[in-house]
Amino acid sequence: MESLQDRIDQARAEIATAPTLEALEQKRVALLGRTGLLTAALKELGALSPDVRKSRGAELNRLKSELSELLEARRIALAQQAMAMRVASEVVDIGLPGRAGGTGSLHPVMQTLERICAIFEGMGYGRSEGPEIEDDWHNFEALNFPPHHPARAMHDTFYFANGELLRTHTSPVQIRAMKGREPPLRIIAPGRVYRSDSDQTHSPMFHQVEGLMVAEGVSFADLKGTLEAFVTAFFGRRFEMRFRPSYFPFTEPSAEVDIRWIDAAGNVRWLEVLGCGMVHPVVLQNGGIDAERYTGFAFGLGVERFAMLRYGVDDLRAFFENDVRFLAQFD
Amino acid sequence: MKFSERWLRSLVTVEAEREALVEGLTLAGLEVESVVPLGEELDGVVVGEIVACVPHPAADRLRICTVVAAGTESSQVVCGAPNARVGLRAPLALPGARLPGGVQISVTELRGIQSQGMLCSARELALDGDDAGLMELPEDAPVGHALAEYLGLPDASIELKLTPNRADCFSMIGLAHDVAALFGGAMRLPDVSPVAAQNELRRDVSLIAGEACPRYCGRIIDGVDARAPTPLWMTERLRRAGLRPISAIVDVTNYVMLELGQPLHAFDDETLDGSITVRPGTQGERLHLLDGTDVKLGRGELVIGDARGAQALAGVMGGAASAVGLATKRIFLESAHFAPAAIMGVARRHGLHSDAAHRFERGVDPELPRRALERATALLLAVCGGCPGPLHESVLPGWSPERVSIRLRRARLVRVLGVEVPDPEVERILLALDLKVAREAWGWLAIAPTRRFDLAREEDLIEEVARIHGYARIPPSLPLAGVEARAEPEGTVPLARVRGLLAARDWREAVNLSLVGELQLQSWGLQDQAMPLANPLSSELSSMRPSLLPALVASLRANRNRQQARVRLFEVGRSFHAKPSPGREVERLAMAACGSAAREQWGAGSRPLDFHDMKGEVEALLGLRAPGSPAMRLTREGLPPWLHPGRAACVVVGDTPVGVVGSLHPELERNLALEAEIYVAEFDLDALRAGRLPRPMPLPRFPAVRRDLAVMVPEAVGWDDVAQRVVSAAGALLAELCLFDVYRGVGLEAGHKSFAMGLILQDHSRTLTDSDADACLARVLQVLAQSCAARIRG
Repeated sequence: MESLQDRIDQARAEIATAPTLEALEQKRVALLGRTGLLTAALKELGALSPDVRKSRGAELNRLKSELSELLEARRIALAQQAMAMRVASEVVDIGLPGRAGGTGSLHPVMQTLERICAIFEGMGYGRSEGPEIEDDWHNFEALNFPPHHPARAMHDTFYFANGELLRTHTSPVQIRAMKGREPPLRIIAPGRVYRSDSDQTHSPMFHQVEGLMVAEGVSFADLKGTLEAFVTAFFGRRFEMRFRPSYFPFTEPSAEVDIRWIDAAGNVRWLEVLGCGMVHPVVLQNGGIDAERYTGFAFGLGVERFAMLRYGVDDLRAFFENDVRFLAQFD
Repeated sequence: MKFSERWLRSLVTVEAEREALVEGLTLAGLEVESVVPLGEELDGVVVGEIVACVPHPAADRLRICTVVAAGTESSQVVCGAPNARVGLRAPLALPGARLPGGVQISVTELRGIQSQGMLCSARELALDGDDAGLMELPEDAPVGHALAEYLGLPDASIELKLTPNRADCFSMIGLAHDVAALFGGAMRLPDVSPVAAQNELRRDVSLIAGEACPRYCGRIIDGVDARAPTPLWMTERLRRAGLRPISAIVDVTNYVMLELGQPLHAFDDETLDGSITVRPGTQGERLHLLDGTDVKLGRGELVIGDARGAQALAGVMGGAASAVGLATKRIFLESAHFAPAAIMGVARRHGLHSDAAHRFERGVDPELPRRALERATALLLAVCGGCPGPLHESVLPGWSPERVSIRLRRARLVRVLGVEVPDPEVERILLALDLKVAREAWGWLAIAPTRRFDLAREEDLIEEVARIHGYARIPPSLPLAGVEARAEPEGTVPLARVRGLLAARDWREAVNLSLVGELQLQSWGLQDQAMPLANPLSSELSSMRPSLLPALVASLRANRNRQQARVRLFEVGRSFHAKPSPGREVERLAMAACGSAAREQWGAGSRPLDFHDMKGEVEALLGLRAPGSPAMRLTREGLPPWLHPGRAACVVVGDTPVGVVGSLHPELERNLALEAEIYVAEFDLDALRAGRLPRPMPLPRFPAVRRDLAVMVPEAVGWDDVAQRVVSAAGALLAELCLFDVYRGVGLEAGHKSFAMGLILQDHSRTLTDSDADACLARVLQVLAQSCAARIRG
């Protein structure tokens, strides 16, 4: 019969080479289980003399903890091995496309409109709206375009049989926003406008954003500061800008705003981007506002124009053709 | 307004170079549209005289000219111009000269004949667009003289894009005043002193058109030489202002119009009969105009008539019968004031363009007619000779042009501009602009010259001060003012979330015009609901869209024609309704899609888009609203005829119809040549966005129980019906009901289908037992058996 020592030595070797967790568990039971080798040996201690029992007991306990450690170490090694094999077998092709269906896109003009409005909203302007089918009063008369005024000829207007018209600018919203409200007023009015004109640079429908501020002591200097801040924020960089006297019946003094633009080919030129001015006293009165006490400024800008500059689009018509190959570039 | 730079400089002293002048004009609101330099490269071009001219032996259209250019030396020049003739003086480019555009002149051979230079047209010298023949120089042009110097070159033709308020700048004098104010130079005004009558010839004038023509000056000049050549300085100024020299009489009237701003008209006096009447034309009255047009007058259009009838369309164009010609001996010169309202639109209505109408429509200085007529008389006498009659002026009784005193408060000026302009600068500007200025303690009282009828109130003066002082000198600042706090009503889904959700779900935003065509509307049967325009641009853009879908589906089709099989477009915008419902303009969301349900993908098979895909989109949109918002249901009631009756539905939220979803009617698909099944949806956007504010419940503390159930029902029974009954039978215990399978086929009776559903049961006060769940399920089954003929599927 082999001595206990021999059997322990053998067990050490078997633990070290146990091929699977199951084989290792069998080994553990055979050594440390209820009927295991060491358990049995410990049970036999009672029959020994006290001296022998003490030294023998200490020896057996040392062996037991040694084997436990060996078993645990092997178990960890085998578990790690098993995990490594599992993950090695669970490899996917990370190059395959994801399953999500892809995303659509927002229209470049609308994205631009939102950017413009967001900048002014950040400056305390609130959005206002007005109808696209307007009456002559709101679109012209209240804005200080008397009947037969030559400035009306600059607005190629679509009319309805009853004399109503499609608004030629977002400026009528000024009158609507002023009515029944007390300054200070800060409004921004985006929307569709219409001119009976159509070519590469004109669409019969386009988008404008109107801005209006009315308060005590608002000046042309404030108008300049506001629009310079806007242009800088919109393009994310400072432009050389100039305010050039112009004429709109509903503002005076009036100005057109040019920015010093460098195109893709490196050509530098003045580019008109905005119309603006101090709200004409007649317009303030038509909006029910005391023109002596309050002053105000107004501005209007073409959203498509800003979108063309922002994205480097040359042909206005591309915005209204809805070609998905174009739209997909604005994801 | 186009003009010669040299002419302007002759009226006002300007030290500034051309570039600074042009920039100064633009920055004063007189936007320079173009600057065409003239005569910059005319070295080596001289005045030549053709002394001999013989046909080219080898070319029919060419001639061999002998041209004298200096002293007795002559050059042989081959020339193809039709007007080359002996005695003609014309520009001669000598060998070595370089013409504008880079043409290098050298001695060449043309069809075997040597040519020692080139005789030039105005176009070849970039002086004018005229290339009909050689530029004809006056008979007294100094032979051999440098052409540039002779013609008063170099110069530039400057074109302005004038705003409608600056009618005064349609004249050199008006422009010169602005330039004087801007650059501080002295003005040299043309002589407009009266010319004494040398005979008693006159025509009576009666004004019976009221305010439309309140002033009319006329004068007869007898014995004019209509063939007299117009002096070179005048033709050059006209040419550089874009006007073609015609004949001395016409050139002089045009010249005075450009110089002073007053349109004039010369009648051949011998063709006139009796006195002149300025009157409204009668409806249908005919007039043959000097440009060859026949016009039929509209009611109230102003005419200049004599005893025989209308002789001119007032302020627009003269008639052919009374037009001056080379044989004219006696002229009647008209210099009148016509009110803008009387002339507005007349030229456009008859398809005419005239410089006179252009000016009268915008307004001309009402005090100008007499001065302009004196100026024109003096020039005509100098050019054409003749004997002037008395200047006869008729004025509407009681009429006088308004001249108001305008106050300009110093405090207001600062308040509006946000910068202080020193008093002396304000006064300098106003005076330079020809206003009469009186100083007051609070500011100034000013009276504008009659030519500046655009100046009528304080703001007008503030603008004048600002633009001459310079907008650039107003320092930018940022305004301080109270803000308003505003927000959308609670529970409203922000529009950005709606658009964002659609973009995230693979929809592309489109923007279509709000205008649609009659034919398009007819295809959809929507023509009666649309609002037609009175003056459409085209039949494709003739009405306001009553729905966003026709255009959106057209966009879809256009994309399909560009090889895109799967297209998903949406648009947010207004629809317009002849019969308001709910309003005349309704903010809408429209969607249109075709092709496969999902993008082509390696992990799943492809299937075409179907109704329930679209319904899923609708549910996702309405799912943006918080739980507890009014529920959505679909109904076939009220379905518009352009939708497929079996595969479309109206969407109702709470009790409100908010839109439609489904497939287009196959008939419409065929009419529109769509060749694909098109799914669409359209909503009233405000109704779609209106939701409730969330009111969260306490979370359950006890576990839920799930029971699955499969029932077989006849085909006619819809899921809506089954679900509704399950919900009411299960009562408060039912936390959630989900349908996880719909089955037809093997194992079921014919004409039946099976719904497999999961019921999640939950009690907030205790843990449910099996028997609680079983009892609930039994109630459900019983109700379904009774109401839907449902049977449990084993």
